[in-house]
Amino acid sequence: MNLRPDPTFHATPKLAMEAPAETLAFTLMLSPDGSQPDGLAVVDVDPKSKTYGQIVHQVIMPNTGDEFHHFGWNACSSALSPLTGHAFLERRYLIIPGIRSSRIYVIDVKEPLKAKIHKIIEPEEVFAKTGYSRPHTIHCGPEGIYVSTLGGGGADGTDGPPGIFIMDCETFEILGRYEMDRGQQDKHYDFWWNLPRDYMVSSEWGLPPQFENGIVPEDLLSNKYGHKIHFWNLRERRNVQTIDLGENHQMALEIRPAHDPSKDYGFCGVVVDTTNLQGAIFTWWQKDDGTFEAKKTLTIDPRPEKPENLPPLLQGFEAVPPLVTDIDLSLDDKYLYVACWGMGEMHQYDVSDPMNPKLAGKVEIGGIARGAKHPNGKDFAYGPQMVEISRDGKRVYWTNSLYSTWDDQFYPGDDGGQMVMANVGENGGLELDKDFYIEFPKGYRSHQIRLEGGDCSTDSFCYPSV
Amino acid sequence: MTTAAALWWAVVASGIYHGVNPGMGWPLAVSAALMERDYRNLYKALTALAAGHLLAMAAILFPFTALLVLAEWQTRIQVGAAILVMALGVYLLINRRHPRFLARVPPSRLALWSFLAAMAHGAGLMLVPIYLGICRTVETDAGHAAAGDLMAGNAGTAVTVALAHTAAMTLSGGAIALGVYHWLGLKFLSKGWFNLDVVWALSLIAVGGISLLSLH
Repeated sequence: MNLRPDPTFHATPKLAMEAPAETLAFTLMLSPDGSQPDGLAVVDVDPKSKTYGQIVHQVIMPNTGDEFHHFGWNACSSALSPLTGHAFLERRYLIIPGIRSSRIYVIDVKEPLKAKIHKIIEPEEVFAKTGYSRPHTIHCGPEGIYVSTLGGGGADGTDGPPGIFIMDCETFEILGRYEMDRGQQDKHYDFWWNLPRDYMVSSEWGLPPQFENGIVPEDLLSNKYGHKIHFWNLRERRNVQTIDLGENHQMALEIRPAHDPSKDYGFCGVVVDTTNLQGAIFTWWQKDDGTFEAKKTLTIDPRPEKPENLPPLLQGFEAVPPLVTDIDLSLDDKYLYVACWGMGEMHQYDVSDPMNPKLAGKVEIGGIARGAKHPNGKDFAYGPQMVEISRDGKRVYWTNSLYSTWDDQFYPGDDGGQMVMANVGENGGLELDKDFYIEFPKGYRSHQIRLEGGDCSTDSFCYPSV
Repeated sequence: MTTAAALWWAVVASGIYHGVNPGMGWPLAVSAALMERDYRNLYKALTALAAGHLLAMAAILFPFTALLVLAEWQTRIQVGAAILVMALGVYLLINRRHPRFLARVPPSRLALWSFLAAMAHGAGLMLVPIYLGICRTVETDAGHAAAGDLMAGNAGTAVTVALAHTAAMTLSGGAIALGVYHWLGLKFLSKGWFNLDVVWALSLIAVGGISLLSLH
């Protein structure tokens, strides 16, 4: 407990943008075949530092086979609401779930260069206390730390639907399931909320048998992956509305609400439209009567390609799908970054009008049947995937792995983990920084990035910017 | 200063103490105004917070009003109340955990939240020893008054104590909310918020302690 609120807690997104820039990034390292333990890399992102662009510390876990994916903080700017009652928490611990093992690590990063394991929650405890498995997205909110899961009970995670559980934000004890009434929700992926308006939005990937051993083409072509988003009364823990984006919109993944809580809209990225291989962005919003609506506001076309250049999975389609696997919104709610992991492109859209995204910048790197090189001449495996934006919106970082088994299907023969950074122009535009290129240690791939002091996909703000 | 005047000032001072603490809700009034871009919402939110707080004060003070009917037990009631307040202070010192049920209250129910927050933190209980002290100063030469008159007098005092305290709380919290909304900006929230958990618990113990000492 602090005597004052943590200096990295900000009342509004605007105040967070004005705070000092990040000097460190935390990036997950995963061993795709489970031959080595997964780890957390501490990366120096301070251009003034001698070790700029290098991994300056690693926390290697004591187990193998965790498969790190997403992670988050124990506390964020949401603590500044008196309703929450946690104003004096420290932003000090990273909560890292293994989506393959269901084990959860709590890492103390108070001294980032000496970051160490604080607590390990074993899978059995997660199963026993929640009936869920394969923990994924982490957000800190009113009742503590919320963790979404991808699997239900049983060996293959299909015994009951997956959901969200809550952890105590000080002791990291698992308190139990979140849902009181889940309605139609039977799959899970991401979730986020608008705290003052008291609603939550959640999305769907697929059930564990649909992803753990690789993408199941028959399931995809018969539209069996998730294609719905769910709206919840956050504090009543009740699903109040489910919107079906259309069954052809397979895998509705990241949920990105506007950061300014006075804005009542947000975005959701859809990996692939099975009718035409397009990637898509949906804009969802709350209407005056409190109900929600969603509309497809952006499509990204596939790129035609000769079958011989394509992995077996895509040869029949003679095209490279964009595969929108991650999206992220800058803190001023102005730019939406869209990772097209299949095509090897990072797009920047001006979403000042959320119903009409306009392409403002683009970078090509990696990609199926393209393999565009980094400006420094080095290779970039796979394509741009997990993307994170600096609080001031001037730098965009990303890594390249989607999920071990899926990497191998879409990019057979590729290997390696990289993290790169692009600078954002004064009036939009995106350009890769030739001096920032991190190669992860041999045998490791890289996944989500968290920035010191918070970033554009961790902090929830309780007060409007104006 | 007479004992009565000192006690009334204590009622007002505790109101200001509660009001300026962000944990009692003034940031929610700022947020309400900013969310709808309408400063009138600030007053609406303050009113809801005040109503909840007032109700919490009344809910704690009135049972003691009823107890005071037992006029010859007055000292024992005062001792009991002082010990109760000190016990809550000690409990809050040992148990620093925030009551989790408060996080389940929706942001639209500010009056309910304010009521529960005041109850959970013993804001009403802090007033009890002060209130009992005031009742005593009023009744020094009313020893032979009829039980009914005594009750009415004490009830009137309870209402005045609750109103004065809540008014002080609302005015001080409201002044800060207005200052932040119009001039200071929300940066003041993270700069000006201090962890008063320990001070708060010690205040409860102090109020109870002073009350006990004054009885001797």
